This record gives sequence, structure tokens and C-alpha cells, in this order.
Amino acid sequence: MFEFLLRMGDNTLVLGHRVSEWCGHAPVLEEDIALANIALDLIGQTRLWLGLAGEVEGQGRDADALAFRRDAWDFRNLLLVERPNRDFGHTLMRQFLFDLWHLDRLADLCRSADERVAGIAKKCVKEADYHLERSKDLIIRLGDGTDESHARMQAALEALWPYVGEMFTDDALDMEMADKGIAPLPSAQRARFGAALNGVLSQAMLTRPESDFARQGGRTGTHSEDLGHMLATMQFLQRAYPDARW
Amino acid sequence: MASDWPLWEIFIRGQYGLSHRHVGSLHAPDAEMAMLNARDVYTRRNEGVSIWVVKSADITASAPSRKGPMFDPSNDKTYRHPTFFDIPDDVGSM
Repeated sequence: MFEFLLRMGDNTLVLGHRVSEWCGHAPVLEEDIALANIALDLIGQTRLWLGLAGEVEGQGRDADALAFRRDAWDFRNLLLVERPNRDFGHTLMRQFLFDLWHLDRLADLCRSADERVAGIAKKCVKEADYHLERSKDLIIRLGDGTDESHARMQAALEALWPYVGEMFTDDALDMEMADKGIAPLPSAQRARFGAALNGVLSQAMLTRPESDFARQGGRTGTHSEDLGHMLATMQFLQRAYPDARW
Repeated sequence: MASDWPLWEIFIRGQYGLSHRHVGSLHAPDAEMAMLNARDVYTRRNEGVSIWVVKSADITASAPSRKGPMFDPSNDKTYRHPTFFDIPDDVGSM
């Protein structure tokens, strides 16, 4: 159960931090505020997931301790969310692929046999719904935009494509969660995701890559070096000045 | 880029029963994006239940230089204010 909650909370934590890296740097003021909102939503969701994770673990660790005092190999997020921001196209494509999976996942979790999980999912699902509305809209606009915006979106889709498969692979923990009725198998989402994705990509004039190759390991703690760099920045203050107050 | 995008005026209704109020303006390529941007820029602290977006260029405004002829004549016509009537208690607050 603890590991399952880390998988949920680490996704939103890592993506939330990534998106927050745009704060003050987004292409236009309105986008800057929108991205900061999304980052805050995701970090707010993290507090709920990791807060419950700490409770379930029972070792006295709260959400902050879990966020700021674990090393990269203890993180259980999808590799997709730790991908660097690169250009705005990559950031949006990463957001869209995550949102499409996330909204569907949360909708499933609203029916979890564990009331605490269902409670958190119900709080998060409205935010995820808005995130998807926004990222989908922008994917379609930019994919079906100028030659340059189209090329950048297609390049982003191809670069991130190897990270999509990990969202739908089942392991022993997933089986256990499914048996207990806490969360359905990730593989059950694959067909719904694929159909929804195809619909958006065709509107966006983007071509779905053919390869099925899927990079994996994030959900069991094998991460890319990018996560280490990100955590070095994110955790600096708590690492250098533990329990600092101001 | 934002410099090519038209300016939009944003109106938000704070609660049911109150009218939309002008809260500010922002740039967006079209009405749909203006709506999403308005949601993110102006309703972050639970300010609204309804949003209107209007292209700034579509608003016809009174000219500041015509302020005198437009508004001064009503200054000294106190009889236009309904303050000379006794309102029966039964009416309640108006």
C-alpha cells in the first residue's frame, strides 16, 4: 500500500516540480500563470498522496519528509514525468500524455475499495479534468498550427513516446492492489488511452509513432540521471539546512 | 506571440445573483483561450462562478474629453434621486 501511494504521489511531485521550473520563464504571461497553477495543483495532490503514504508507513514521516529526504532510487514515479522541460512543445506534450492517463486513473480510483484512496481521487479528479482540457486544447492548436509548431510537437511526441508504455505495465504490486480492489490494473487503461490519444492526435495532425518500445523502471526506482539533477535542486534547502524555519 | 494576440476584457460573476464585474484584461489568440487564461489568471482564489470574455476592440467607450457634456448636467438635479419618498416598512430593504 505504501509503495502504491508513493507511485501516485511521486508522479505528481516530480511533474509538479518540473512544471514549476517554468515559473517566470514561460513564453507569455498568461501561460506562465497557467503553468504555475497546474504545478501548484499537482503539488497539492502530492501532499494528499504522500501524507497518506506517511500515515500508512507509520514511521513518523510526513509528506515533507518523503518529498525532501528520499534519494532518487526511493522515488516511484513514471519516467515520463521526470523528462526535462526542453522546449514548450516537450513540456506540453509531456503534460498532455500524463493528463490523459492521470484523469482516467483518478476516475478509476474514485471507486477504490479503500475509502482514503477514493477520497483523495475525488478531490484530484476535477483538477486533472481541467489540466487535460487545457493541454489537449494546446496540443491541437500547436500540432495543427504553423510549420514550426507542428514540427516541434511531432518531435516532442516522438521523443516522449518511449515513456508512454510504462504507464500500462502491470507488476506484482499492481496485481496485489487489483486483488484488494484498491486500484484496477494499469493495463486495463491501455485501450481507453489509445482510443482517446488517436482522437486528439488526428485533430492535431500529428502522427502516432509505430514503435512499441517502452522504457521502464521508474515505478521500481530505476531512474534517469535527470531525476537526480532535479532532486538536487528541489531538495537542496532541506538537505543543507534540515528543518529550517523562517 | 502575445504581441500579436488581441486584448480581452474579463468579467467575472462572484456569486449567484450578482452581476458580472470587470476584473482586468489579458492577451489570447481567441475567445476559447481567453476563457482558459481568464480562469487561470483571475479565478485562482475561488473568485468566480461565471466568466465573460469580450474583445477589448469590441467595446465602445465614452470619450474622456466629453465628460463635461455627458455627465455634468445630472449633477444638480437632485429631484432625479428617489430620496423624497417615504418607503413603507412592509417593503423591507430596497
